[in-house]
Amino acid sequence: MSKRNKKGLKKGFWHDAWHRLKKNKSAMFALITLVALIICAILADYIAPYQYDLQDYNHTFEFPSKQHLLGTDNFGRDMLSRIIYGSRISLLVGFSSIIAAIIFGGLLGAVSGYYGGKVDNILMRAMDILMAIPGMLLAISLAAALKPGLFNLVIAIAIADIPGYARVVRASVLTIKDQEYIEAAQCIGASDSRIIFRHIIPNCLAPIIVQATLGMAGAILSASALSFLGLGIQPPTPEWGSMLSSARQYIRTYWHMTTFPGVAIMITIFALNVLGDGLRDALDPRLKN
Amino acid sequence: MDNIIEIKNLTIQYKTDERTVEAVNGLNLTLARGESLGLVGETGAGKTTTALGIMGLIPNPPGIVTDGEIIFEGEDLLKISKHKLRTVRGKKISMIFQDPMTSLNPVITVGDQIAESIRIHEKLSRANSTIKAKEMLELVGIPGERYAEYPHQFSGGMKQRVIIAIALSCNPELLLADEPTTALDVTIQAQVLDLIAKLKKEQNTSMILITHDLGVVVEVCDKVAIMYAGEIVEYGSLTHIYDNTCHPYTRGLFGSIPDLESKADRLNPIPGLMPDPANLPKGCSFEPRCTYSCGKCKTNNPHMVEVEAGHFVKCFNFVKGGKE
Repeated sequence: MSKRNKKGLKKGFWHDAWHRLKKNKSAMFALITLVALIICAILADYIAPYQYDLQDYNHTFEFPSKQHLLGTDNFGRDMLSRIIYGSRISLLVGFSSIIAAIIFGGLLGAVSGYYGGKVDNILMRAMDILMAIPGMLLAISLAAALKPGLFNLVIAIAIADIPGYARVVRASVLTIKDQEYIEAAQCIGASDSRIIFRHIIPNCLAPIIVQATLGMAGAILSASALSFLGLGIQPPTPEWGSMLSSARQYIRTYWHMTTFPGVAIMITIFALNVLGDGLRDALDPRLKN
Repeated sequence: MDNIIEIKNLTIQYKTDERTVEAVNGLNLTLARGESLGLVGETGAGKTTTALGIMGLIPNPPGIVTDGEIIFEGEDLLKISKHKLRTVRGKKISMIFQDPMTSLNPVITVGDQIAESIRIHEKLSRANSTIKAKEMLELVGIPGERYAEYPHQFSGGMKQRVIIAIALSCNPELLLADEPTTALDVTIQAQVLDLIAKLKKEQNTSMILITHDLGVVVEVCDKVAIMYAGEIVEYGSLTHIYDNTCHPYTRGLFGSIPDLESKADRLNPIPGLMPDPANLPKGCSFEPRCTYSCGKCKTNNPHMVEVEAGHFVKCFNFVKGGKE
């Protein structure tokens, strides 16, 4: 009977997980926040009250007011508009670097877990080497070696994240490849790639999704940090990290210039972390009730 | 007669650093086209290893096929390329697994799992393979509308029928059924066995049925091979084995089946345990448990002896009577 139950979990597995997630109020709140952020980013052209690079030298360093809800910066640019446009870059970098890291890391993990032996050893030792370098430091050196820019920023962050995903995927592949249905798939003459992509990966999506949500927060933070250091997005393109960086010299006199981009980063990261936590609970069959 | 498969001197070992487990030792087996063979033996006798060996699926490491040939359609399955082997698996030889609960992928619909094997081997379009998969579902007595359901929505017996549908979807020439009914209760067992027997007859498939249930063998099989410690100890037709039981081990097996008519408080088991396959006796592997043991068995391993036409026994007690 226990086996039946185990199967039963996989049952409308995603349906069940969604049901459990819906019951988790904070996770749902985080999800709504994120969706709102994404909509803001997509519709920035319509929502933002000003152009993000519109300079107005009559109104520099203004505190929040009716005209400029979040004030203006040292060039008289509207902070709210810059933050709204900035969400585009942050979310884009977050999503695309995580997706790139999942694809490459996942592939490496799946291959090394499935084939085992020498392949596993070589790939995993390479991952260990990457892991031995602190992620931030690796991203900084990669970003410095490549030229600053959106695409290179994504690459730098993705490479630093690959080992984590490779490990997660490898671990789940190791447990799944010994299942009898994998043997059964071999028995009907399925090729290795078919077994990996069709039979193994769909069964280990849950941990990957959780890792991805939590990792996305990290990626956005790294993007902000790199931009803060001047290695990421270059001005005048608004990016939360680079906004913080250019505002830091005025932090004593014009608090609003550092506070609002910081709050934007915080809200996004917080929402992603809460959602990630909620997903981990929702996708963990043992917590099912 | 035309033989579908010939296994010659198959030897499979599981090697670890500390010890070598001799799972299958010089196994010889032939099966004629259209016939069914029951491979009977207790747990750990090497039955499943033999079946996996035929499929080329011995987990390596630690498993190694150290010797032997498996001739299927004139080719040695142990020597052909991995790619070629894949065209044999599922298409020419397919396998039914022991536990229907774990042999289906929980995240793929039942129908797609049947269609998958068809799509791999028959080169049909997606739509056509779906139609064929539905036909297979109905053939095993499950309504075609349930195509898009997931394995957890099926009962154990139905899952086993789905597995049978997958195994038979490409009209294989040889079916390896590895204890197909062990995980099912008795009424479902009968249904599943009937279904296998019926489909086998319709498609003229040969079958190796692995089981430890002598009653099941009588229902479905033409030939019986009794396996003990990685060797076949007795081989013959149903009548040979059931009416003229020769090998002491086979006698012991029949002796341990309770008799419905007489009253017995205790079962009558064969004393002792299977020898440790990592440390087999020097002579006949059954000698330590054998009540008919003669001095010779301790040191020499007997050869197969033909006691009557088509009935082989691996025991010194029959050497005089038969021809070696």
